Amino acid sequence: MTTRSTTLRNRFKLPETLITRLITISGYSAILFVVLIFFFLATEGLPALREVRLENLFSERWYPIEEYFGILPLIGGSLIVTIGAALLAVPIGIGTAIYIAEISPRWAREILKPLVEILAGLPSVVLGLIGVRVLSSAFRVSFDLPTGLTAFTGSVLLAAISIPTIISVSEDALDAVPRSYRDAALALGATGWQTIWRVTLPAARSGVLTAVMLGLGRAIGETMAVMMVTGNAPVLPGGLSALFSPTRTMTATIASEMGEVANGSTHYHVLFFIGIVLFLISLLVNITASAVVFRQRRRAERVLG
Amino acid sequence: MYGIIRGMNPRRLTVIFFLLLCLPGCSSTPNQRGDENSPQQVEYIENKGSDTIVNLALAWAERYQEIHPEISISVSGGGSGTGIAALVNGTTDIANASRKIKGEELEAAIENGAEPVEFVVARDAIAIIVCPENPIERLTLEQISDIYSGRINNWQELGGDDRVIVRLSRETNSGTHVYFLEEVLRLGDDENKTLFSTDTLLLPSSEGIIEEVKANPHAIGYDGLGYVTPEVKTIAVARSPEGEYILPSAATVNEGTYPIARDLYMYTASQPEGTLLAYLEWIFTSEAQAIVEELGFVPVPVSDPG
Repeated sequence: MTTRSTTLRNRFKLPETLITRLITISGYSAILFVVLIFFFLATEGLPALREVRLENLFSERWYPIEEYFGILPLIGGSLIVTIGAALLAVPIGIGTAIYIAEISPRWAREILKPLVEILAGLPSVVLGLIGVRVLSSAFRVSFDLPTGLTAFTGSVLLAAISIPTIISVSEDALDAVPRSYRDAALALGATGWQTIWRVTLPAARSGVLTAVMLGLGRAIGETMAVMMVTGNAPVLPGGLSALFSPTRTMTATIASEMGEVANGSTHYHVLFFIGIVLFLISLLVNITASAVVFRQRRRAERVLG
Repeated sequence: MYGIIRGMNPRRLTVIFFLLLCLPGCSSTPNQRGDENSPQQVEYIENKGSDTIVNLALAWAERYQEIHPEISISVSGGGSGTGIAALVNGTTDIANASRKIKGEELEAAIENGAEPVEFVVARDAIAIIVCPENPIERLTLEQISDIYSGRINNWQELGGDDRVIVRLSRETNSGTHVYFLEEVLRLGDDENKTLFSTDTLLLPSSEGIIEEVKANPHAIGYDGLGYVTPEVKTIAVARSPEGEYILPSAATVNEGTYPIARDLYMYTASQPEGTLLAYLEWIFTSEAQAIVEELGFVPVPVSDPG
C-alpha cells in the first residue's frame, strides 16, 4: 500500500510542481501588472508637472487646446457624480439585498436573483442611450431644469450600474450569516426588523462593505454612460446645486480627448496625469475600505471569541 | 486522439490543455504572398494636410482605389500648414488645406521652383440650430459670439422667451469646434482671445447635439450643415445688424453669402498631369461629391464627364 502510493506520488510529481508554479506565477503577475501600470502612468503622466505650471494645473479652467489645463473641475465633477451615485445606490442596493436574503418568499427570490444578474450584465453604453433618450428629457421637464444633461442624470445611471453588483455581493454576505444568529435573536424576543438591523446586517458587515466598494469602484471608473449624459461642461462644482447642472468627469475627459491628442505633447501628459489622480483616488478608497473591514473583523473576533 | 485523452488522468490533461494554448503562437506558416510579380505597376499619390479634410480625403482615396486598383493613395493629416510645407518641400503630391495658401508660403513654393495650383474641392458650413419651439429666427455673428462667450445668458436679451440659454458645442478635438472658435466666437480676429463660457456643454457627437436641441427650448447648438436634420430650427445669420440675414444651404454657401462657411482646398505643386489630374478630375464628379455630402460638408458644383 505504502509503496504503491509513493510510486503514484512520484508519477504525479512533475505535473504537480508545474501546476503549482503556474498558479504561483499568475498570483505574482497580478502584482507585476499593477506595478507596470503604475510605472507606465508615472512615466507618461509625471512630465505634466514639469511642463505645466502648478497654478495652471490646479486652476478652474480646462480648455486644453488653448493650454488651460486646470484639472480641479474634472476632479470635482467625478466626485460629485460618484457621491450622488453612492447616495442613490447604497440604500437601494442594500435594501434589495436584505429583501432577497431575509424577507422575500422563496419564489420571489428565485425570480429576483437571476434578474439582478442580468441587470449586472447590461453594457453601460445601452444605459447611456436610455439616459440620453429618456432620462435627460424626463429630468429636464420634471425638475424644470434648463437642461437634463446634468451630474444627477449621470449619478442615476451610475447607480443603475453599481446597484446590481451591490445587491449580488451583499446578498451573498447576508446569506452566509449562520441561521443560529437569527434564531437566537428571535428567541430573545427581537422583532424581524430588529433581527435584521441589529444582528444579521452587522454580522455580514464586511461583505456588505466589500459590495459597496466594488459597486462604487465600477461607478467611478465608468466612462461611456457618463460621457453621454453629463453634458461634459468643465465647471467647478460649488455646492449642492452643482448636482443639477452639467459637469465633466475625469474619465470622460480622458476618453474623449485621448484619441486626438498628439503623442508626447503637454496635453497628452496632462491626460495621463489625470489617470494618475484617478488611480490614486481609487487606491485611497480601497485602502480605506479594507482598513475598515480589517478593524471590524478584529472587533467581531474579540466579541465572539 | 480521443482514446489517448480518455486514458489520461485529469492533471495531465490540464498540462496538455495549457500546451495547446501555446501552440498557435508557435506555428507560423509561411503564407506571405509574392507581391513582386504582380502584373501592374502601382502608382502612388501622396496626400497630406488639414485635419478637417482628412476624413473626406480618406473616403475619396478609398473609393478611388476601389475603382482604380492600380493606384495607391496615402492620406495623412497634421494640419493645413504641415500639408503646404510638405508640398513646398516636394514630399507630397497634394496638400489639403482648410484655408487659402498664405503669401509667404506661396513665395517659398516659387523659390523651390513650384507653382501651386489651387482647387476648391468642397465647402464647410456651420449651421446654428435651436429648438423649433424657440421663437428666435435670426442672429448676428456678434450675438452668437456673445452667447457662447457667456455675455448673453437669457433668450429674453435677444427678444425671445424668458429662458436661460444652454450652450451646446462639439468636443474640443473636433475640427468644427476649432473653426467655430476662430471664426464665430473670436469673429475671425487673431488677437481676440475670447474663450467658450465654462458652462458650455461639450457633446461627443453631432447626434448628441441634435438630440438635445430638438427637444430643449433652452438650447442653442452648432453643427456641420450636412449633419443638420429637419427636426431642429436653423437660424438665419448676418455678418452685422444692418446686413442681410441668410439661411445656410448649398446654394448660399456656394455663392459665399452665408457668413459661417469656408472653402476646403487641395493644392498641387504644379499643373497636374496624368494620374494626379485624373484623380483631381474625379473629385469633381457627382460620385465623389456625394461623399462630401455624406460627411457633412457642402458639395461644390460638379462637372461630370460627358
